[in-house]
Amino acid sequence: MNPAGSIVFFTTASGAGYGLLYWLGLLRPLGLIPGDPWFGLVALGLALLLITVGLLSSLAHLGHPERAWRAISQWRSSWLSREGVAALLTYLPAVLFGIGLLGDIPALAAPMGLLAATSAMVTVYSTGMIYASLKPIRQWHHPLVVPGYLMLAAFSGAALLAMLAAFWGNGAVPAVLALLTGAGGFLLKTAYWRGIDTQPPEATAESATGLGQIGKVRPLDPPHTQTNYLLREMGFRIARKHAAKLRRIVLAAGFGLPMLLALLALLTGGAAAMALLTIGAVLALGGLLVERWLMFAEATHTVTLYYTGT
Amino acid sequence: MTCLPEIKPGQKKLGLVIDLDTCVGCQACATNCKEWNTSGHSAPLPDFHPYSAGAEGVWFNRVHSFEAGEGEQGRTVHFPRSCLHCEQPACVTVCPTGASYKREEDGIVLVNHDTCIGCGLCAWACPYGAREMDEDAGVMKKCTLCIDRIYNETIPEERRIPACVATCPTQARHFGDLGDPESAVSKLVRERGGYDLMPEMGYKPVNKYLPPRKRATVQAKPVEDAPTSMDIKNPLLRWMDRVLTR
Repeated sequence: MNPAGSIVFFTTASGAGYGLLYWLGLLRPLGLIPGDPWFGLVALGLALLLITVGLLSSLAHLGHPERAWRAISQWRSSWLSREGVAALLTYLPAVLFGIGLLGDIPALAAPMGLLAATSAMVTVYSTGMIYASLKPIRQWHHPLVVPGYLMLAAFSGAALLAMLAAFWGNGAVPAVLALLTGAGGFLLKTAYWRGIDTQPPEATAESATGLGQIGKVRPLDPPHTQTNYLLREMGFRIARKHAAKLRRIVLAAGFGLPMLLALLALLTGGAAAMALLTIGAVLALGGLLVERWLMFAEATHTVTLYYTGT
Repeated sequence: MTCLPEIKPGQKKLGLVIDLDTCVGCQACATNCKEWNTSGHSAPLPDFHPYSAGAEGVWFNRVHSFEAGEGEQGRTVHFPRSCLHCEQPACVTVCPTGASYKREEDGIVLVNHDTCIGCGLCAWACPYGAREMDEDAGVMKKCTLCIDRIYNETIPEERRIPACVATCPTQARHFGDLGDPESAVSKLVRERGGYDLMPEMGYKPVNKYLPPRKRATVQAKPVEDAPTSMDIKNPLLRWMDRVLTR
């Protein structure tokens, strides 16, 4: 599948924003992060900035961005529509959460924070389901895709929250969470890659043409000599050796190093922790961009069976 | 609404039956499809760089050729590929705007180009590659089963069939109601063992494909003519045969 830049950026940025909102809304009422209203407002501002920039970037992917409002209408059948509805609804408790923080009204901030956290999680779940519900793409129609989206949003959100909390002198809890979700993401992605590498394709050139009753099927003549939309959009392939290298980069730079830096930050604390967790958060987001790009580049669509036989 | 209409027993299901035995891969169906549809319901079907390298465009029908089987049992099969107007079209249910829909009255899957946002998700959801984005207009386009021909009262009745069916010189394409078990197309499917493409995807295509007919069994190789001397009627030649075989 063609890794469209706007979608890769959207799911990474918005995912991190929703992850940050999730942990902020959940941990603040529990008193596990700095209680300073300004800390809450800065973290909330960063979360909403990432979410909004990501959503706007996703509009760039559309043929008719001005009609995007129509996308919230089909929530009964479409996961993309549900994602849109959930994304917009999340703004409501998030803004009320912000008002609660600004006016220092814990009775408003706490429930709205929890509601925003839930709503953020639902949005990321919907994003994952858009991909997981597509049967023709076996690398997406996989049981680890939705857990992957949730885990990686939680990981990048925790890394960002740990960075901000370090500047307010208390990044321990989110740093531990970044460590745990980083380990979770590492294991999940490793299991996912092993899964898609060993899983046999469900559809074959034989079933796609129904000619299996004669024997093995090989494409002979394509219907057109030049490329087309289907091949550009669905026929994108990445060389295996590049994929293997990029996977190692994701595991090392996206998960390994941020985890190591979070561990060091927990041991040192203070100004060193600020620097370490900032580098960690940047690495985590960079690693996730590569991971998301791979998620597309490694995915294959059944339409290519008609063109290449695989 | 992108929820699918309820399927009632005896529901009309308009579709195509494509005979892979008689298709000769002439591309006439694809050409007439493009010709009709570039000025019909989904007009225009744009072409990009039409007069230079990299010419490409939107087509609703694409004719592939495959080789199947090995040796004497091997066949070359021409294979037209277009929208199958599935009973379970995920391309419709994934649509966030309701632009994609399946008609309740005849099962035709259509796109409303006035409300499509061009997100491309329906093309991802189609296992058969039946939908192509019109990157000029920013909306998705697809086979309409020539909805502007089959119900068109301004053309003679015998021409109210899809353009691809009308033009096929070998009558490899048949159009009709596959929901009616007594229709000509349903009978054809029964008689010839018509099948679904990628049934494992669960989309339940309405269009059916008829398999190439089985070849007559290959006979034993022809034997060389080797007359014995008793078969030779001419006495001179018989004498020569005897002399030469001595």
